[in-house]
Amino acid sequence: MPTKIEKDSLTGKTTTGHEWDGIKELNTPLPRWWLYIFYATIAWSAVWALLYPSFPGFSGHFRGLTGWTQRAAIVEQMTVARAEQAPFLDRIRGASLDEIRHSSELLAYAIAGGRVAFADNCAGCHGSGGQGATGGFPALVDDEWIWGGSLEDIHFTIVHGIRNAQSVEARISQMPVYGGILSRGQINDVAEFVLSLSNRATDQAAARRGEEVYAENCVSCHGERGEGVRAVGGPALNDAIWLYGGTKAEIVAQITNPRMGVMPAWGSRLDAATIKMLAVYVHTLGGGE
Amino acid sequence: MTIEAPTRTTPAEAPLSPPSSLYAKRIKVYPARVNGRFRAAKWAFLILALAAYYITPWIRWPRPGDAPDQFLLVDLAGRRFYLGPIVIWQDELYFVTGLLILAAVSLFLVTSLFGRVWCGYACPQTVWTDLYLWVERRIEGDRNARLRLDQGPRNAAYWTRKIAKHTVWLVIAAATGGAFVLYVGDAPTTLRAIVTGEAGSWTYAFFGILTFTTYALAGWAREQVCTYMCPWPRFQAAMLDEHSLVVSYRAWRGEPRGKHKQGETWEGRGDCVDCRQCVNVCPTGIDIRDGQQLECIGCGLCIDACNQIMDRVGRPRGLIALDTLTNLQRAEAVASAVPPGPARVERVAAARAEWRVIRPRTLIYTTVLVAVALVMLVAFVLRSTTELAVLRDRAPLYVVLSDGTIRNSFTLKVWNKGYDEPSYHLRLEGLPGVTIAVVGAPDERPLIATRADGVTTHRVHVTAAPGARLAESTPVTFVLQDEAGRAVVSTASVFLAPKR
Repeated sequence: MPTKIEKDSLTGKTTTGHEWDGIKELNTPLPRWWLYIFYATIAWSAVWALLYPSFPGFSGHFRGLTGWTQRAAIVEQMTVARAEQAPFLDRIRGASLDEIRHSSELLAYAIAGGRVAFADNCAGCHGSGGQGATGGFPALVDDEWIWGGSLEDIHFTIVHGIRNAQSVEARISQMPVYGGILSRGQINDVAEFVLSLSNRATDQAAARRGEEVYAENCVSCHGERGEGVRAVGGPALNDAIWLYGGTKAEIVAQITNPRMGVMPAWGSRLDAATIKMLAVYVHTLGGGE
Repeated sequence: MTIEAPTRTTPAEAPLSPPSSLYAKRIKVYPARVNGRFRAAKWAFLILALAAYYITPWIRWPRPGDAPDQFLLVDLAGRRFYLGPIVIWQDELYFVTGLLILAAVSLFLVTSLFGRVWCGYACPQTVWTDLYLWVERRIEGDRNARLRLDQGPRNAAYWTRKIAKHTVWLVIAAATGGAFVLYVGDAPTTLRAIVTGEAGSWTYAFFGILTFTTYALAGWAREQVCTYMCPWPRFQAAMLDEHSLVVSYRAWRGEPRGKHKQGETWEGRGDCVDCRQCVNVCPTGIDIRDGQQLECIGCGLCIDACNQIMDRVGRPRGLIALDTLTNLQRAEAVASAVPPGPARVERVAAARAEWRVIRPRTLIYTTVLVAVALVMLVAFVLRSTTELAVLRDRAPLYVVLSDGTIRNSFTLKVWNKGYDEPSYHLRLEGLPGVTIAVVGAPDERPLIATRADGVTTHRVHVTAAPGARLAESTPVTFVLQDEAGRAVVSTASVFLAPKR
């Protein structure tokens, strides 16, 4: 605020009295209405603070006169979204798996819904893209299926799970602990034989000895030439895919003290439409038969 | 370094209280009515602009599909922009960007040629303020009547006029807000929904916001918007040069100014009779005789007012006129050798310089304008109605099958911007012997179905030939073919295999 009037000779305006290197600042006051708009915004913020949750207190915060909360708003949005999804989910619930697969509209919806459900429930073990993980988490993208890879097989596996106590229909296969049944030598021989099924045996004599052990103990579950027996969940041994590793040491370990994975029964956790979408999605990952 | 004389603080020079507040009271502007060429041009543009604004959403254009049959439609929910037969999808928004660039460069070009014609004629603030001023003039009378009304008693007549004026203003404002929301939805449906109270909260929110801003800005704020809110006057100087036509007071001709009685001689004095008509008609309330200033919006109404006075006093028109800085300076130079009076005006008129339209600045603006327009035109003509995006699976990058064969999986998205639904055959180039399987495709042949005016997603598994020796990464191209075997669209990707 200037303390004395000083007029600029060129413009005839008063100056503020401030001076920098001989340049003086003209007094060009802000329009008063701009100031009033600033006051209006302050008043508006007060109204806003009263209407919506705002001030913190010792026991919780002021909840606002409208009662609006972000949580309620999101619940409302979710309700609307669910209502929009309902007709589609009803159709999926009512359709057979094959019908879903052959209706491009339902298929697209099931893949999109299945992807989300998969990420929420399945990706932890089977990987974000169904690629599986070492140590007993099977890949869902390849063409080896222990229990079958048709839509119905996949659906059944998801509903009942594997080796769990939640569903009486859970798929169960039990590999005996051969460490207490066979001698170390026999286990070494049969491991060599298993390697020979994919032409990788290093000790042909042991492999020949192992064939006999295999015929006595393993054929019923893994098949005559190691092709696997799906009815009992016996994995194939004659291919490039190994659930617990395909080196000789890993095979010996698996024969001596087998590990067997467990999968929960999702039928009691997810609703029918979600499970159908999951089955369709997993089927489209690449391995579907 | 300057050494100042000690400041004297005698009571006569130093007031007891500070001279002014930090904030200035607004001085209300009462623009008077004026007739003339510039006013006529302003009316013509105002009618044209408002007609275009209010009528455009009502123009129909039959089009297939679910979209409303509206010529110009900004479909926010469907993420499309419709202009007659042209449909712009959200991924083609660069066309809208291009239009905005064209608009900006046109503005630069026009400003460098004719000064601030945008401000004075085309700016929505100017157009609606002009309309509001017309309403005000019809209800409250011209400048003097309005001044009297505001300074007079607050009686019934005062309130009747004020209420009538604000009612009409609000109706116009509501029509403006209404017309704006008509652009984003089917106009008849939206209007019916607004009237019957069935429109959504967003529609009402924008309706309300635009109604309020139109009323507040065109009715109350007016020239304050141009002077204090708008950034454009602050950098318009960069678009003007000494050859731009700007509204100018020819001081060499007007000065020395003074009252003039009929029959008196014009010798030895300027043509300005100090009638203040140029000030009275100015919508921003400035005195053009003070020279170029930020507040001037270049509307030229002062020229119309001054020309009328010049006609009346019998002097040639053009004391205030569109002129260039170059020409003004030349005129000053010529005039300095001649004493004030009619002879000076004639001498300067004889030495008048040509207006330079073609200059580096205008050439550059025109070149940019033409170049951008051509690029957009070529892009528009060459744009495809079918587009293919390929997203390859990242987890896993490849799948080893039980017999050691390698498979890659892809998600294909096909944009079909047309209204028919062709199916395409999928072919993969760059990797011989592969098997292609499209999930959900009915037969062995990989067929890609499309949806009219929509996007379809397809999952595709590509399996290499058994025993193929694959590089870690092989470039491949997905091609969509029509029935006749012609490639419609293709997109490149890669086929990945384990390290060998």
